[in-house]
Amino acid sequence: MSNMIIGRYVPGNSIIHRLDPRAKLILSVSFIILIFLANNWLGYLILGLFTLLAVASTKISLAIYLKGLKPVLWLIVFTIVLQLFFSPSGHVYWAFGPFTVTNTGIINAVYVFLRFLFIILMSTVLTLTTQPLALADALEYLMKPLLKIKFPVYELSLMLAIALRFVPTLMDETVKVMNAQRARGVDFANGSIVKRSKAIVPILIPLFVGAIQRAIDLGDAMEARGYQGGENRTKFRVLAWQRRDSLAVLVFMCVLVILVGTRFLM
Amino acid sequence: MENIIEVKNISYQYPSSTSKALDNLSFSVTKGEWVAIIGHNGSGKSTLAKLLNYLLVADAGEILIDGQLVNEANMWTVRNKVGMVFQNPENQFVGATVADDVAFGLENRGIERERMLALVPAALKEVQMDVFADREPTHLSGGQKQRVALAGIIAVAPKIIILDEATAMLDPKGRKEVIAAIRKLKDRLGKELTVISITHDIDEAADADRILVINDGQLVEEGTPATIFSSGQRLLALGLDVPYAEQLKLALKNLDVDVPEEYLDEERLVQWLWQLNLKM
Repeated sequence: MSNMIIGRYVPGNSIIHRLDPRAKLILSVSFIILIFLANNWLGYLILGLFTLLAVASTKISLAIYLKGLKPVLWLIVFTIVLQLFFSPSGHVYWAFGPFTVTNTGIINAVYVFLRFLFIILMSTVLTLTTQPLALADALEYLMKPLLKIKFPVYELSLMLAIALRFVPTLMDETVKVMNAQRARGVDFANGSIVKRSKAIVPILIPLFVGAIQRAIDLGDAMEARGYQGGENRTKFRVLAWQRRDSLAVLVFMCVLVILVGTRFLM
Repeated sequence: MENIIEVKNISYQYPSSTSKALDNLSFSVTKGEWVAIIGHNGSGKSTLAKLLNYLLVADAGEILIDGQLVNEANMWTVRNKVGMVFQNPENQFVGATVADDVAFGLENRGIERERMLALVPAALKEVQMDVFADREPTHLSGGQKQRVALAGIIAVAPKIIILDEATAMLDPKGRKEVIAAIRKLKDRLGKELTVISITHDIDEAADADRILVINDGQLVEEGTPATIFSSGQRLLALGLDVPYAEQLKLALKNLDVDVPEEYLDEERLVQWLWQLNLKM
């Protein structure tokens, strides 16, 4: 269960770790949009340098980042192959039936690969350096304008926080249920896919029953402790925007300006 | 003596059940008292706990908490006065970390953050969990989680604490720690705190000033631990365990040893035992 995407947080004390989760969340999302502004090699070079800078300043080993790339490897390969063999325009280097390799095809394939790489690396920077709970807090803050249209922002963020808090609990329970069934002779590792999938069903049923019981108990406990919904609640955990957060935004703006500049230069 | 809890003729039946979980039950608790409610599984004692806090609504009868009728209009003020520790340590841990969980009740009551920053560490210190403030629940034992739950209640300072089988899922060490933490709190607050301990752990009940025995939703016996436990046979008939010391006494009695009638805890039984042959 150690390769789960959620909760891949790696504790540390780097500058990126200490950034406000709101800053990290906004900048990561903006960066993904920013990537699509690049249309030439200089732009990609600048984005690449910026990504590497962010990755390096987390002080987390590169191996962990590469592990993050693994699950999407096939998606990347598939997209590159598509770009490489099915580009209709440009100078043709090689052709066989419907497959043609052209110079624009090669360039596009490289660009698509780089886009994927940057997006995955940047979002990995976000998840590795930010506790899921801090992200939930950031999300709550950023959704606050939605309160005006009566959107249950506080309830949603509490739900998210509780869901995150129960992830390890439910994983423990899954392991327990699986062990109990293994002890009775169920084999989860061998057999055909159909057979293995069938073995999953008896895990899900006790897991769901347990989760529902937990939810009932938790609801009672929350009410007993005076929970009456989002309004009029104060917050124990607060986010504090600091100078380094403004600085991070500033650096990002510089990259944005330079990137736009390259569009006119090249 | 002022009655802080008054239960008058309450009945409750679960919608899915054919028999009443509580049947015309009445009792009262004076301010500052420590009352244990014992009964076998399914005797209705946890139902009673939930009725006291308006988590369930009685079919008939009424409950007064601190002079206030427990009903829909008063439910939040009643809940402010009654803190509850539930059975399952995992399922009442709301916060992502220990400190967050202790703060949950304060957040609900709209206490300003500055006061929370003082109240949360103080409550954690009281149950000796202050060094764990930033821990996540997965890294805590059951006993530690229950002490955090207790800290969450200490922080909001209710007049009544209800322990609904709070030690039932713990190992002996965790159980001792939790009971010690409650006793310490009770010693500090004295008459300002009333403790209702719902349990089937007889040793926990032995700490109480008074014991109520519930069977099939009805009050069958009431008295000090000494008087309740001395009728060992009756407790066994109600499906309850008798404390170890009392079991030993019963076994000795069967061997025609002349044993004292009143209830002895383990320590006093040892005292009596080593003197037994001296007298002969």
